[in-house]
Formats: sequence, structure tokens, C-alpha cells
Amino acid sequence: MSVSAEAGRRRIEELLQEHQERVFKRWLQLAASSAGHGDRGDLTGQLREIYQALKQSFTDSGDLSDLRGLLAELSRSRARHGFSPSETAVMVFGLKEALYESVEADGSPEALRGFIWFSRIIDDLGLFTIESYAVAREKVIIDQAEQLLELSTPVVKLWEGIVAVPLVGTLDSARTQVVMEKLLQTLVDTGSEHAVIDITGVPAVDTQVAQHLLKTVVAARLMGAECVISGIRPQIAHTIVTLGIEFGDIVTKASLADALAHALRESGVDFVRRRTHVAVRTEER
Amino acid sequence: MTTPATLPVTSNSDVVLVRQHVRTVAVDVGLSLVDQTKVVTAASELARNALVYAGGGRVRVEIVHNGIRRGLRLTFSDDGPGIPDIERALTDGWTTGGGLGLGLSGSRRLVDEFDVRSAPGEGTLITVTKWAR
Repeated sequence: MSVSAEAGRRRIEELLQEHQERVFKRWLQLAASSAGHGDRGDLTGQLREIYQALKQSFTDSGDLSDLRGLLAELSRSRARHGFSPSETAVMVFGLKEALYESVEADGSPEALRGFIWFSRIIDDLGLFTIESYAVAREKVIIDQAEQLLELSTPVVKLWEGIVAVPLVGTLDSARTQVVMEKLLQTLVDTGSEHAVIDITGVPAVDTQVAQHLLKTVVAARLMGAECVISGIRPQIAHTIVTLGIEFGDIVTKASLADALAHALRESGVDFVRRRTHVAVRTEER
Repeated sequence: MTTPATLPVTSNSDVVLVRQHVRTVAVDVGLSLVDQTKVVTAASELARNALVYAGGGRVRVEIVHNGIRRGLRLTFSDDGPGIPDIERALTDGWTTGGGLGLGLSGSRRLVDEFDVRSAPGEGTLITVTKWAR
């Protein structure tokens, strides 16, 4: 750093110290107007901490880690209260305007030179608050995606020896992996010999989805269980034929009820009508 | 979203978005349920091809007219390695990516008009059109 830049920087430090009350009051005023609502007392406390950390960072030869920690905290808490990241950043930028009034009053070339340097630091910090916001949001999204993966793949027992997996939504490699593992594990745990994979809730069956389904069926077969794929709607059947996908000798059914009836028949369960009542009812979806 | 629209294809979630957008437009155009599903499936195949073989690309979705008939046109473009042998790539069961080998050839059957332009090193441009009946 050149001598004049060093002098400018020192002058800014002095201004931040000498005019502390004035600069801080103005900053608080600007921040409160951009914040609009919220707890003013809370804001004062947070800004004072940041102000102190900023001054501290100058004496610690530019170590901004404490300050960044505080800003990340502020960004997160404001994100929770429904502020946009730019509102938080604008609040940080407010410090520039607040200090500029003191710099102007000072008027020395050092102060002006130092102000350019100070601006750059505040810009960096403003961008940092936006980054922290994005990181926090991203984490929420990843967590939700994982939860969804777990939630959306239940394996249910339909009958003694018959389990079903109702698939809903898009089947990608990650989800198929989870479905396959769960299904195979359930086959072992329950000693089932029949599995029904219901794709009523899958909006489109393309070659990738079909391939995933085929692999799941083959894996289940290797474990001695027979799979039935159900819930093939007319438009899906049409599309599968046109695409040229062959399901080979895999049993497919239009509805889950048909698949259950098929699996029951295969496992040797018979239904007998008792006078006028149906002894066992299979529920239509 | 209005049409024509250009959507990026850079991840698996983009493929889902492309599918959803194509379905919305297909409903607007007045395609039957079967045709909607077909064009959505074709979009899914071609978008995934762009993602898997070219590392990403984009798709333009537009409504086209031919007299009183309305149709849906999808243009997939990428800057990937291109297809050296288009004839072979359009053969059922041919794949270099471990899939079923039906994506490209199957998509051709799912739509009414199908055009592939590609050369090694020059990326791939695929235009498909589905007309309302």
C-alpha cells in the first residue's frame, strides 16, 4: 500500500472514531428507513456490534472474519423476517452515505482517498450479505429435496406376502435408487413374494423411467419376488408403444386393484362370495 | 410463461421444468391427452440427450400455425460433440450412453415432424413439431 493510501485509510479510521456518534446515528436512521418495520431496538444493537467489529477489523490489520460472522448472522435473521437480500445489502451500503457526510465536512484529500478504499470494503461486505443469504436458502432447498426423497417413497403392505410401492412424481436416478433399495429391503423384511409398482402418479414414462423400472423388476426377481407394474393409463400405454419400449414378460395392469387381484391369484388366495356380501373387498382407488 | 420461450437444459431439474412447460403449452395448443403425453415424453428424451451427450443445451418452445392447424414446435440445440452417424443414432437399440437406445428413434415416432442437423464438433440441432388434430 502506498504512503498516501495508508494516510487515507488512517484518516477514515479516525473519522469513524471521532464522529462515531454522528455517523452511527445517521446510519441507523438510513437503515431504519430502508427496513421500514421491525424491532428498532434490535436493529440498534446489531448495527452497533457491526460498527464495533468494523473498527476492530481496521486495527487488526484488515481481518474481516469477525465482521463477516456478524453480517452472516444479520443476513440470516433478516431473511427469516422476510427481508429480501438486497434490502439487507442496501442497509450495509447505508454506512457509506453516513460516513460520506463526515468525509465531506472534513474535506481533506486523505479523507476522500480513504473513502474510495472504504467504499470498496463496504461493497464487498454488502455482496457478502447477499452470498450468505443465498447459501442459507440453498441449504434449505437441499434439505427439503432430501426430505422429499424420503417422504415420497413409502412401501406398503397390501396383503400377506404382497407389498406395493405407489410412485408419485418424477422418477430420476436418485429416487429410483431409493425406491429400489426400500422395495428390496421390504421384500426381505416381510418375506413377500409379490410386489406391485404403481405408476399412476408418474406423469410421463420416458426411456429413462422405463429403464429404471425394468432394473427394479429384474432386481426383485433375483431375490425371488415377482413384480407387477400397475397404473398404466391409456396415454402412457400409447407413448410406451410408440417409443418402442418392451416390457417383455413383466406383468402390467391398468389399475392397482387389478394388480392386487393378479398377485392374490398367483399366491393362491381365492375369493368367495358369501350370499350377497363380498367376503373380501379389494378397494378401488 | 409466454411463447416462444427458450429454456436452458443444464441439469436434471431443468429437464423436469422443460417437461412441465411443454405440457402447459401443449394444453394451450389443444393437443389431445395422448398427444400431450407423447410430445412431453419426446421433450423429456431430447432434453436428456442434450444433457447427457452434450453436457447441456437449450430448448425453444413455440406455437406454430399451418393454415388453421396449430402445432407445437420444439427446437433443441447444444454445442456438444455432435452426432457422427445420424442414421445409426436413429436405429432402435443403438446407444453409446448405457440407455435403452430408444430416446432419439422413439422421439421421432412420437412427433409428426422430426429433423436432426448435426456434425462432429459442431453440436446438434433437433427440431420436432406436433400438430393438433
